[in-house]
Amino acid sequence: MYCVARRQADRVELALRGEWRAATLAAIEPEIAALDLGGNRRLQIDASGAQFDLSGAWLLHDYLARACAAGVNAEFSGEPPPALALVTRTLDAQPALPGIEATSQTAWLDPAFAVEGLGRKTVAGWRLIESLLEFVGRVSYAAGRDAVSLKRWRPTSITRHVYDTGITAIPIVALIGFLIAVILAYMGAQQLRKFGADIYVVDLVTVGVLRELGVLLTAIIVAGRSGSAFAAEIGAMRLNEEVDALQAIGVDPIEMLVLPRVIGLVIALPLLTVIADGIGLVGGGLLCHTLLGMPLAQYLNRANESIASTTFWVGIIKAPVFALLIALAGTWCGLRVRGSSRDLGRLTTMAVVQAIFFVILADALFAVLFMEMDI
Amino acid sequence: MTAMVEVRGLVNRFGRQTVHRNLDMTVAEGEVFGIVGGSGSGKSVLLRTILGLQKPNAGTVLLGGRDITRMSVGELRAVKAGYGVTFQQGALFSSLNVLQNVQLPMVEHLQLPRRTLDELAMLKLRLVGLGPDAARKFPSQLSGGMVKRVALARALALDPKLLFLDEPTSGLDPIGAQAFDELVVYLHRELQLTVVMITHDLDTLFGTCTRVGVLVDGKMITDTLAGIVHNPQPWIHAYFQGQRARQRETSQRETGHGA
Repeated sequence: MYCVARRQADRVELALRGEWRAATLAAIEPEIAALDLGGNRRLQIDASGAQFDLSGAWLLHDYLARACAAGVNAEFSGEPPPALALVTRTLDAQPALPGIEATSQTAWLDPAFAVEGLGRKTVAGWRLIESLLEFVGRVSYAAGRDAVSLKRWRPTSITRHVYDTGITAIPIVALIGFLIAVILAYMGAQQLRKFGADIYVVDLVTVGVLRELGVLLTAIIVAGRSGSAFAAEIGAMRLNEEVDALQAIGVDPIEMLVLPRVIGLVIALPLLTVIADGIGLVGGGLLCHTLLGMPLAQYLNRANESIASTTFWVGIIKAPVFALLIALAGTWCGLRVRGSSRDLGRLTTMAVVQAIFFVILADALFAVLFMEMDI
Repeated sequence: MTAMVEVRGLVNRFGRQTVHRNLDMTVAEGEVFGIVGGSGSGKSVLLRTILGLQKPNAGTVLLGGRDITRMSVGELRAVKAGYGVTFQQGALFSSLNVLQNVQLPMVEHLQLPRRTLDELAMLKLRLVGLGPDAARKFPSQLSGGMVKRVALARALALDPKLLFLDEPTSGLDPIGAQAFDELVVYLHRELQLTVVMITHDLDTLFGTCTRVGVLVDGKMITDTLAGIVHNPQPWIHAYFQGQRARQRETSQRETGHGA
């Protein structure tokens, strides 16, 4: 019991006891809420038996304020607790530091707010496109400017990014390449067996992996691995004001942070694609051997026939383009981080989503292009 | 007077580097204790050890008479609810607004209804001199001085008796720093707090602290302000009698003449 009320003829005597502290607040609150003055208008409080911290004092202050509003005349029989005076003083005082105005929480109900929101979203969308164009322009400019001087290419940095995005990705890319061949071979074998056209499984696997799936899935893996890494690295540097520091020193962040990543990935992704293609073909051969009982010599023979001279190059030519899109999406999102770690998370996610989206969009365009070119 | 913080025979090592060798430190109830030391002297490591964020290689740390180096995670959690800390950069959670930042310790440790949480957090914000209009802002929208104040409000969320401040005035302009010093002194007096602070700011040291501990060679030399200034130890002498300290004394004498 933290408070005991005794009703007298003309008043209620309220004796407070125990520790009125932050830790006990949850227990005191229901007791306070259950207090019944029985219509009495005079309340005499004895706080001498209780210890207060600021939270406890606030609870008493809050109760007194409500009692006062209800027309109850409250007074202390002894000294009021000093913490209560501090609470009253704090809440009455003018804040020392003014802030900006808070927006009302029901503002979205206002139709004008909806119009304003639509307008803001439109302008923000337009700004985003502008900033993307600006970014691509600045990267192109920096690349063109640096192309003439080999020193500005930062070979150390590029090497590091080739290692980070390429070499370390080999195991996962190889595994995915193998699994894709497995899936294609299984699916194909099941369907083609109906026509007795088992042999065309080889065509399906080799052409499918080399032209389309090898490069596409490698790009998607790399978008998840490296696109997010680019955005997170550069975003963290922005939060840490490192990008500002670079600019202040007179170094173009595009040249220092963006170009090495773009170039590194443009080198690494085609190489990764070659590995995925190779493992895919090996996996296809293995599957045809175990699943269809096809001798390896026959697999190689058939593969040789099914692959046109362009098949491999049609796939591999897309890799640098995908690499460019992934690297640009990652670095662009990273550079847009400002303010908070929440922004960092949002833009890292966006980097991956955008990278994968652009990769698939570009792949669709390539498909149309190659069909028109008849290759 | 009982000791709020007592460190005995503390040893901290990182690889071959020994940061603390048999460090002793006692902070009595109601003190404002300043910790001073050169860069790399182990101030932050000491604070992290006292907070229980890091196990020492040897020695004991007693908070309110209980040894935290031998506690289970659950016991330590209860101890952590009993002190407040502000970190050097504020360490406000950037995805939460100011009010939610202050409420976080209450939400974690107390079961209270929404309205009470809001009102209590508002009270703490008012206590450190912030208005209700600041409550819905996010940390990235705050100035350096406001970040420090919000961090202090969050440290006070559970009404601790013991407050740790890591470089509370670093990065503030002299006026903001002085206002913050005054706030610490005010809260120390009004809430009967025990304060342990790491600081480099001589003005803060002289304006708030009752005793000072200097970290030299892995040990702590503790004295009152008046005593430590005349300590013959070379680093301490350089610290308190160096160029910057002398300038401070001169400027004080000049203003003294003017008054």
